Amino acid sequence: MKLKHIAQAAAQVATLALLAGTAQAQVSDGMVKIGVLTDLSGTYSDLAGKGAVLATKMAIDDFVAAEKPSFKVELVSADHQNKGDIAANKAREWFEKDKVDVASELVTTSVALAVQKIAKDKNKLVLMSGPGSTAITNENCNDVSVHWTYDTYALANGTAKAVTQAGGKKWFFLTADYAFGHALEKDASDVVKANGGEVMGAVRHPFPGNDFSSYLLKAQSSGAQVIGLANAGGDTINSIKQAAEFGITPKQSLAGLLVFITDVHSLGLKNTQNMFLTEGFYWDLNDETRAWSKRFFEQHKRMPTMVQAGQYSSTMHYLKAVKATGTDDTAKVMTQMKKTPINDFFAKNGKIRDDGRMVHDMYLLQVKKPAESKTPWDYYHVKATIPAAEAFQPLSASRCALIKK
Amino acid sequence: MEIFGIPSQAFFGQLLLGLINGSFYAVLSLGLAIIFGLLNIINFAHGAQYMLGAFGAWLGLNYLGINYWLALILSPLLVGALAVVIERSMLKRLYQLDHLYGLLLTFGLALMAEGLFKNFFGVSGESYEAPELLQGGMQLGFMYLPIYRGWVVVAALTVCLTAWYVIERTSLGATLRAATQRPDLVQALGINVPVLVTATYAAGAALAAFAGVLAAPIMQVNPVMGSNLIIVVFAVVVIGGMGSILGSIVTGLSLGVIEGLTKVFYPEASAVVIFLIMVLVLLVKPAGLFGKQA
Repeated sequence: MKLKHIAQAAAQVATLALLAGTAQAQVSDGMVKIGVLTDLSGTYSDLAGKGAVLATKMAIDDFVAAEKPSFKVELVSADHQNKGDIAANKAREWFEKDKVDVASELVTTSVALAVQKIAKDKNKLVLMSGPGSTAITNENCNDVSVHWTYDTYALANGTAKAVTQAGGKKWFFLTADYAFGHALEKDASDVVKANGGEVMGAVRHPFPGNDFSSYLLKAQSSGAQVIGLANAGGDTINSIKQAAEFGITPKQSLAGLLVFITDVHSLGLKNTQNMFLTEGFYWDLNDETRAWSKRFFEQHKRMPTMVQAGQYSSTMHYLKAVKATGTDDTAKVMTQMKKTPINDFFAKNGKIRDDGRMVHDMYLLQVKKPAESKTPWDYYHVKATIPAAEAFQPLSASRCALIKK
Repeated sequence: MEIFGIPSQAFFGQLLLGLINGSFYAVLSLGLAIIFGLLNIINFAHGAQYMLGAFGAWLGLNYLGINYWLALILSPLLVGALAVVIERSMLKRLYQLDHLYGLLLTFGLALMAEGLFKNFFGVSGESYEAPELLQGGMQLGFMYLPIYRGWVVVAALTVCLTAWYVIERTSLGATLRAATQRPDLVQALGINVPVLVTATYAAGAALAAFAGVLAAPIMQVNPVMGSNLIIVVFAVVVIGGMGSILGSIVTGLSLGVIEGLTKVFYPEASAVVIFLIMVLVLLVKPAGLFGKQA
């Protein structure tokens, strides 16, 4: 796969070299190089992976076609295998040797945290679409990072709040036993309690797991109305499937705290119907999202996840900032990015805060019943739009050192 | 009534779930044990063969309209046929060498199979519905048992006991066991040992595929479903005693139960409990619970 990407990148450079005029002196080497560091083979490769690389490529192509920049734009990509050390080495190599200006995507929190630090050392930019932890813009925040698409706070806030307010007061959590799962459970528990709900219990399962029936049985006997799934990927998929098998749903309902459209697609509507979830993007929101997603689908044969759509959006915003400032200097580009609102198919009036959090509207969705789905990938009812101001952790609660209180 | 501080209902429910998971361990470790016993090959491709079995069922249903019951026979046959090709073209060159070579070769094959399927199907996997006859469930009083899970136990135990009977109680089994001990002598008696070896590898692989088809309606069918399971199954085989048929069946079931109970009392440890037992067994009885001391 890497060869293919290199070949694609090479082809791109050739094309761009023809298109580009004389390079501006301010953009170093007359070239902007974007590195997509993502999971190309593991658990998260469906929700990020090749699709994220494709989205980046689409953004570059669209930017070059529309803006006719005086500099070249190059794309490189690599598989970080969801391992922090591999990601750190790759990022260092990119920044030091390969003249990469920005490392992007970075699904898996541990990867993101590692690369954020290296980027700060090397004074390069990081644009994160896939990772979920709020630590990225709190304890670990810095002035070279932007967290674009979603975080665990926004997901818990959206789903847990809506479900609790709709009457699902008693919760039981099925939690993946590592940092991410614990964070998600904590964020969601806080929201449940704040809305007058009660947490009946939680079970921590080893990651990854195959069989969740034991835990589901515990959840069943807990007397909870809602089982919150504080896990991700294959664990969530098997939890949902087995909950249906054991007759737990629809008597008790499930709340997926991190569910992507690719998960719903893989499980089918029969297993997932009526489930609430929160996403930062859905392909079928309006004409703009449909148009972009259709282009994406034609090449990828799957509809985009929010991570992939966010990847396009962040790449485009970055490139426009480079063009506007006429430089690839990290501080100047970042200032420009923070100054400019984000208005594209992904976000309306999105804004990058000083802690690096890009705030935009999120969507509370409910999975359709099989009979309600009219076309392929027609999976969600949009139940509510959560305005940007409410969707994310307020700055008043920030633990980021850059935020002055 | 309470048992160890948990309601007896929940306790029996978890016991039954453990038994169900144990059935998978039993079928998978049985296949591994048979292959190791006769071929001296540590078949790391076992997880991939399990995955292929599940995908065989899914592909058959979605592209050829082959139903679950047919898939339960066809998928193992196909994976068995593939195993014949692998044994004839590659594995048979390694019998004279150290175990490590067979392990590396089968590990490589497993990685290739996984990679190939990841490329085509992604990692989220595909859903496979249980056949209509086995959908729904029964209220047992202490728990709601999906009929399909009950079927898994019955099917797995039947297959395990049949395999045990064939190997331990028939003349074919006697020949097999003889060929394990002294292939040269058995060959001298006019029995075609290489064919026997090939058939054994195919049978072991077919068992893995059978478990895969059984698992398809329970777990999401995805390219990594085997690699998540195979390490545990190896531990089961080591605990039972490498190459011991009865050992692998009994250990598979009982470790499923132990794992299930761990999930009740201390779920965080459920992923390591089997390995803890493995360490203990290796310290006390290095050949495994049912293994013969070399």
